[in-house]
Amino acid sequence: MSYTAAHDDHHGPEKGLLRWVKTTNHKDIGSLYMWFAFAMLLIGGAFAMGIRAELLQPGLQLMDPQFFNQLTTMHGLIMVFGAIMPAFVGLGNWLIPMMVGAPDMALPRMNNWSFWILPFAGGILLSTFFMEGGAPAFGWTFYAPLSTTFAPDSTDFFIFAVHLLGFSSIMGAINIIATVLNMRAPEMRLMDMPLFVWTWLITSFLLIGAMPVLAGAVTMMLTDRNFGTAFFDATGGGDPVMFQHIFWFFGHPEVYIMILPAFGVVSHIIPTFARKPLFGYSSMVYATASIAFLSYIVWAHHMFLTGMPVAGELYFMYATMLIAVPTGVKVFNWVATMWKGSMTFETPMLWALSFVFLFTIGGFSGLMLGIAPADIQYHDTYFVVAHFHYVLVTGALWSIIAATFYWLPKWCGNMYNEKLAKFHFWWAMISVNVLFFPQHFLGLAGMPRRIPDYSLQFADFNYISSIGAFSFGLSFILLTYIVIDCIRNGTPSEARPWDSAKGLEWTLPSPAPYHSFNTPPARAVILEESQHS
Amino acid sequence: MSNQDYYVPHGTYWPIIGSIGVSTLFVGFANQMHGVEWGGSVMGLGMAIIVFMLFGWLGTVVNESVNGMYNKQVDKSFRWGMSWFIFSEVMFFAAFFGALFYARILSVPWLGGADNNMFSGATEALETSKYIWEGFQATWPLINTPGAVGQSGVEFSSGFKLVDTWGLPALNTGLLLTSGVTLTYAHHALRKGHRNALVFWMLATIALGAAFLGFQIAEYGHAYHDGLKLTSGIYGSTFYLLTGFHGFHVTIGVIMLTVILYRIQKGHFDSDNHFAFEGVAWYWHFVDVVWLGLFVFVYWI
Repeated sequence: MSYTAAHDDHHGPEKGLLRWVKTTNHKDIGSLYMWFAFAMLLIGGAFAMGIRAELLQPGLQLMDPQFFNQLTTMHGLIMVFGAIMPAFVGLGNWLIPMMVGAPDMALPRMNNWSFWILPFAGGILLSTFFMEGGAPAFGWTFYAPLSTTFAPDSTDFFIFAVHLLGFSSIMGAINIIATVLNMRAPEMRLMDMPLFVWTWLITSFLLIGAMPVLAGAVTMMLTDRNFGTAFFDATGGGDPVMFQHIFWFFGHPEVYIMILPAFGVVSHIIPTFARKPLFGYSSMVYATASIAFLSYIVWAHHMFLTGMPVAGELYFMYATMLIAVPTGVKVFNWVATMWKGSMTFETPMLWALSFVFLFTIGGFSGLMLGIAPADIQYHDTYFVVAHFHYVLVTGALWSIIAATFYWLPKWCGNMYNEKLAKFHFWWAMISVNVLFFPQHFLGLAGMPRRIPDYSLQFADFNYISSIGAFSFGLSFILLTYIVIDCIRNGTPSEARPWDSAKGLEWTLPSPAPYHSFNTPPARAVILEESQHS
Repeated sequence: MSNQDYYVPHGTYWPIIGSIGVSTLFVGFANQMHGVEWGGSVMGLGMAIIVFMLFGWLGTVVNESVNGMYNKQVDKSFRWGMSWFIFSEVMFFAAFFGALFYARILSVPWLGGADNNMFSGATEALETSKYIWEGFQATWPLINTPGAVGQSGVEFSSGFKLVDTWGLPALNTGLLLTSGVTLTYAHHALRKGHRNALVFWMLATIALGAAFLGFQIAEYGHAYHDGLKLTSGIYGSTFYLLTGFHGFHVTIGVIMLTVILYRIQKGHFDSDNHFAFEGVAWYWHFVDVVWLGLFVFVYWI
């Protein structure tokens, strides 16, 4: 193992702004991902504000329906591909090398590329707003023939943006697999790995399996639109429903891509603030793997009403129900971890706890939607909107905010303002429920999704929901302030700001050094810091 | 272990150049498809930037490798990276194979009136299909599309003649399978340090790959002449996208093999240290296996 080091930057980053363009450092790249995701969250959030403003009252007030459809489409795409996924890759970048006792990611140059494709993809996607015919308006699921025969020219730019986002995700996933499997401290066995590392490793396999299929779907769209193929056109022997099968073969693993790392985050925070080891470490690992496996074989539960053989409906219904088992194991373990614990409720714990409550609500409504005969009533209503916002906002986004507060002292070396952060939590938590809970009732009463206007009987709940939305939107201004204030003026933090936190990252000083571990930690340290001790 | 035992590279401009290249290519391509004059030139520019990036980036990596800056751990990271990249490619092809199977087994029979409910016990064709396309016969290969003109206004090229399985496709199967064998001989020669044999078998592999591509182009020519086009409905769509993406991958493979041959001439590899060779060999075998799937499911049955 003798060779000369190729780098002159052992001790710190380069000077100047170009550092961020050239960087191969996992912490720099993690920060870039996080800030990019946050910017996209604000842009996608602004679209959501537009949507809720239009829906504040019945009747068309602010925009024409076509523009409303553009907003719902771009809100979904930007939030899924621009905010949630990059935020998790950012967390993975920051945390995984520290958690496995490595100096950096396995493939640092490719790591830079997987980030630096994103701003270009995001730019191309957002630029469609300024094109003739406007941005894509067919919903984030871009079903054919809305996205093929009846879509504006800007759709081709959307297709290429999706290709770029796919390259980025695949490269990110490959890097994480190589890092976990090859850069891990030699003394760390697989079953010593923290759950965030486990969940991200399994998520990477979902990304590598699902993203290329999405690339295939948009490629077929591209040739149907421009080169006369007939994949999704029944006049040529194709089938528009085939688009939905291919899309959801990607789309269902995709929703677990956005929630498995969240499970990992919560599995770190709850033990810390319950001051007990995680209950059922190995069952958590197996449950994550089971969920990932099942996620590949349940896709058509999104399509109960689009025409499927009855045998298919039944199969997809039962397979979907099965996912509740490993997910139930996880929720049980989180609750059992807290059982008889000495609990305190610092900000990360508040977010993690409300994650368990609110994500479970989203999980249960998902179970309701998964029942094929019941889905006939709920399909394409606001019940679906409420369901996936409970799992994505109070699930995925909640865990990202929880992780930010939990690891912020390690990242920037400063403690955030606990009082303000708690106030912000209650503000966001209450308003998000005012925003999304009434949507369950709207959906059960039959209000369709993706509609700029509605019947009068839906007026009250829509009004409440919109007020909740504006309040929730405003809370992000305070979040921005809290984070920036922490980075610039926070009080210096200890290496281990949470007294029962476990994990190799806490053995490093705060802020963490530029190259995480120059020597791999010893077996004794790994065992001391493992989640099952 | 000291700091020196991990390899952490310099900052680099190549990724951002790559992003600019790929974005330029795509923006040019989209404009080209929309009939904008400068679309093609911008595409060309994007391609040029990508080629420049590939030379620069891979050149840096080759230099670092030749200068002995990589250890076993880096080598293993490359191996993990390449193998999962190939798996992602497998999934990309799986999407198109999935489309093929879905059309053959499910949606084309449904268009012809087949019952989609195995519990109904119906034996006769459903009435519904008759009202849309009178007289449509669901067959595979689907020579005659249900409608003459597609939703987007494209006129389908129906009534085409199929490619003869045991003509060029069978020959190409032989060529590609043989190239897998010759590449393995090349690897054995590399492991034993037999330089002349290595160069010979590499040349043979490249020649077989190039011959495959030549025959594939010839086959496309015949098929187009016989009316089997990209616009031949679902059959033409799956046929050309599957074989086309495969042909594209063979092209990339031949280019990579050529680069490896050049690097062999430069003496970059020794008997135990030649990951680049092995990575390209894995890729070549992957392309080979995809072809077998194509031969069986697209050309043969």
